[in-house]
Parts: sequence; structure tokens; C-alpha cells
Amino acid sequence: MNLAPIQTKPGQVRGDHSVVASLVPQGARVLDIGSEDGALLDLLVRERQVDGRGIELSQEGVNRCVARGLSVIQGDADTDLSDYPDQAFDVAILSQTLQATRAPKEVMSELLRIGKQVIVSIPNFAHWRNRAQVVFRGRMPVTKYLPYEWYDTPNIHFCSLRDFVDLCRELDATVEKAVALSGKGNKIPINAPWWVWNIVAEQAVFLLKR
Amino acid sequence: MSADIDNPAASAPADAEEVQANEAVSPSSKLAEFSAEEALELESGVKLAPWQIAFETYGTLNADKSNAVVVCHALTGDQYVASDNPVTGKPGWWSLMVGPGKPIDTNHYFVICSNVLGGCLGTTGPATINPDTGKPYGVDFPVVTIRDIVRAQARLVDYLGIDTLFAVIGGSMGGMQVLQWAASYPERVFSAVPIAAAARHTSQNIAFHEVGRQAIMADPNWLGGHYIEHDVRPTKGLAIARMAAHVTYMSDESLHQKFGRNLQDRENLTFGFDADFQIESYLRHQGMTFVDRFDANSYLYVTRAMDYFDLAREFGSVTNAFKDTNTRFCIMSFTSDWLFPTSESRSVVKALNAAAANVSFVEIECDRGHDSFLLDVPEMFDTIRGFVTGAARARGLPAPGEEISTTDS
Repeated sequence: MNLAPIQTKPGQVRGDHSVVASLVPQGARVLDIGSEDGALLDLLVRERQVDGRGIELSQEGVNRCVARGLSVIQGDADTDLSDYPDQAFDVAILSQTLQATRAPKEVMSELLRIGKQVIVSIPNFAHWRNRAQVVFRGRMPVTKYLPYEWYDTPNIHFCSLRDFVDLCRELDATVEKAVALSGKGNKIPINAPWWVWNIVAEQAVFLLKR
Repeated sequence: MSADIDNPAASAPADAEEVQANEAVSPSSKLAEFSAEEALELESGVKLAPWQIAFETYGTLNADKSNAVVVCHALTGDQYVASDNPVTGKPGWWSLMVGPGKPIDTNHYFVICSNVLGGCLGTTGPATINPDTGKPYGVDFPVVTIRDIVRAQARLVDYLGIDTLFAVIGGSMGGMQVLQWAASYPERVFSAVPIAAAARHTSQNIAFHEVGRQAIMADPNWLGGHYIEHDVRPTKGLAIARMAAHVTYMSDESLHQKFGRNLQDRENLTFGFDADFQIESYLRHQGMTFVDRFDANSYLYVTRAMDYFDLAREFGSVTNAFKDTNTRFCIMSFTSDWLFPTSESRSVVKALNAAAANVSFVEIECDRGHDSFLLDVPEMFDTIRGFVTGAARARGLPAPGEEISTTDS
């Protein structure tokens, strides 16, 4: 996880996780890329009865996932997705990880190849707080939700929600559903055009298909 | 096997060699015997008959026979995974892993462990009497492969009336057997845990085995492989083979920590070829105690079985070996293992991913080398416990602890 950990009480489900889970069909074959400690995968296995596997960059995270009974391997989204056959999964999930990949476009393209459906959650760099820091303070944004300084951030490829939608169009992916979320992962319960979301949403979850 | 690494003073009973020779032909463990009509067809084309397989079981088979676990032993291991070995008198070689309340919990699972084909603790091997000559087979025993070893185990599982195994687990050569089980009998293996293993034996590994075999065959007591009928044993050759192999089971780091350049019971170098260094004394001890519990010809056969192992040769590619598999895999390697390095495990993982298989892969930080899988490595136990519990849940078996608490922690 390359964002500030979203704190939850024991047993409590993170907002963005429950949004992702609501988009995953019951019993689906799922690949979760960026499994962290396995919270999302565990939720999907318990609540959606998925046949779930995960990829996680840190060996420590992997060992924790496997010790809690999840099928997870150590791997890197940039290099290891090419191992999987076409359409190997009903759903491929990339959770809060795209901005930390070296080649986001290639990663997206691989996701659309191995997953019949793809769920991507991303932070919105064009959120008004970030905009304000650049405009008024003249500094790269550092917020509670994006806590890193520019020189030590693992997040090397930020985009706005708008940029992401453009990338999807370029990759011939259809956005079947998009859910705007606050930094805490709560759904923003308004119906608004894209440009509004691009300002008020701190993160968003997209359901894509090619 | 060198689980006794921390206890070099432990030694076998005085008559261990004799006990071993008896155990090789008439084992004190459980035994499944197959008649002349129930031949075991080997990869070489030979039909082996009659034949027998010696095994131990732990725990209780449940009513629908869905909780059986096969544990596969490594090169010089045996069926006594969790009970005292009758030759050495030592506790089971994996009693940290298998037993009541252990990661492979015998309160919940029915564990089967058999001596490998070609072995020397009761399963048919080179010390068995050849029915054609009335004398021990010696090197007339057919060369066996990992596939043959697993086929023999499958016959034992049939004999026990079990269809599907809940899990197959093993380290090193045991891990090779696990992979072979999953490839040959995918529908019979619900979950598979190959530890410190590989889908093939590398050139370097074959090289070390060849050194060991040449040491045995160079011993004048080997007598062309027919020493048993002359009542001698090539103990020197076998001890040297063990010493060479033992080095490959440890890491430079662990040798350095344990022995360094320390001298053995002396203040100064002797300017001779005595065991001046502790490491020399340790290795000599390992070699000497090994010959009490192992048969030299068996050593030739089991090392050969490992050398021949190459799933890609049998199936075209490792991915092909696991095509359409529904088995849940947990692959495990250790950072300091240079005999079966992480790269070998990782290539198995890549092949399984290409088959879209259900796979977990854990590399464990440990400086004890290849033998780590036999030692007290808590992270390994945590991983196995977690994986097995997850698999039990997927299989609909009550996993350890679940009958007590139904809430998630």
C-alpha cells in the first residue's frame, strides 16, 4: 500500500474495499494485485466466496497473507502479470497501486488481457486540496491521504480521475461503473458530472471491460 | 537428513547397523504387500513384483476419508515422520511439523508417511531378496524414478481405500514427490506443499550426487554392488558420500556461526591430517553415524531418482504438467538454500501462474541452508498452519481451532 493506511477497527471493513467487493460477482475467479496484508482478498473470499489469488510486492505482506490462509505470491505488477494466460480471471483487481507502477499503461493493458473484468481503484491527484497546495503554497501536495514528500514517495505516476478515464479510452476499455470516494473511503453520495468528481473525490473505483 | 545438527553427540544404538539391515527386509512398521500378480510398473518398463511398501500412520481417517495427508520424506528420510526411529532411537524427523497440535495436526488429519521405493527401511529396494536369484538384488534392482516412488505411494493410498488426499507435503526430494503427485494425480491432490524443492534436479545437484556415488563405488567393500551376500558393507565410501552431501545442506553462514575456524579439543594445529578443525570432526561424525542407519546401494538409487527428476521432460513443460489443475499449491523456499535456491521455486510459481493455478509462494528468511525445512523455523510453521487451515476451510473440513471459535479474529 502506497497511501496512508486507512484505519479501521477490528472487524470493520474499509469503505473502498466494500465498494470493490460489491462489484465482484459471487464465486468469481479473482486476482488481487497489491494484496497488502490480505484484507480485501479475505473479504472477497468470505463474503463473495471467490476463488481468490493475490500478488504482493513485499515478502512480509505475502507471508502474512499465506499464514491467514490466502493464496498469495510475491510479485511485481510491472513484471509478473505477463505470466498469466489471457482471460485467466473473471476479475482482476488493482487496488491503490497503479500510481506506484513504472509503466501504468502497460500494467493496465495486461490487466485487461488477463481479466474479463478489471477493477481499479486510484487516488485522485486533482482533488481540490492537492490543487490548492500547488496553487497557493507552490509545493507538491502532502496530505493526510497522500502523506509522502516528493523525494521519498513510491507513487511515481499520479493521475487525475479525468486522466485515468482518458487512458481507458486509449486502451479501448469501457468504464462500466465508476464510484467516487472520500479519503476515508466513503462513497460520495451525489450525482455529479465528471468535472465535479475530479475536484471533490479523493479516490475512485472503476469497473472496466474490454 | 541432519535434524541432529544440534546434537552431534547423539549416537545410534550399538547394534544399529544390524537393526537397519533387518528393518530393510522385515520392517517393524506397517506394511502393504503386493503379490506377483500386483506388479508395480516402473518408468524404465520393468514390472516389479512382488513388492512391498512400509509406512506409518498418525491420527484417524474420518468417515468420508477426506482428511488424509501424505508426507513425503527426503533423500535419506524414512516413514517415521512423527514417531521414534527404530534404528537410531531418535524422535521422528519432522515431529516439529507433524503431531497433535502441530501445523499438520494429527488431531484433525490422518497422516500417512511411507518409506520410498528403493529405500532401506522396509519398502522394496536393493537390499530386498531378488525372487529370481534368492539373493539380495544389489545393483540388479531396477533404477527407480520420482514418478515410480509416487506411483508406489498411490498404490498404498488405494490399498488404504482413500481416493482424494487433502494434502501432500514434503521438503527437498519430498517436495519433488509432492510436485509429481500433483502432476500425475491432479484429481487426487486437493492441496500440495513442496518445500525447498524444484521441478528438476540441476546440473550442480547431479554433480554432487555423482561425487557421492563414486565414493561408494570406489570402496573395495562395495563388491560391484553385491556386498550384502558377502556380509560386508562399503561404510567408508558411504560415509564420504554423506560428508560431501552434508556440506550442501548447510550454508556458509551457518558453518561460520557454528564452527568458524575453531579447533577440535586442541590448542594448536597438529601439522597432520587429524580432524584439527571442529567442522572436520563434525562431518566425520555425520558420516560415521549415517552408515549405521543407511544402506549404500539405497543411496545410489535414491540419488539417481532425484537426478532423473525433470517434470518438463515428462510433460513437455512445467506449465503443461499442471494444465487445468484444481490443486491449491503452497511453494516455499529459504533465503540461504543454495542447493534448491529460491529461483527454482520461483520458476515453479511462474509455471503454475501460466496454468492459472491457485498458488501461494513464500520465501523464508533463514540462514541455515537447505536443511532449514527440518529445523525449528517458526515462520515456516506459521505459513504451513495458515495454508493448511485455509485449505481445510475450502475443503469443508473443520480446521484446527474452528470448532472452538466461529468468529474471525
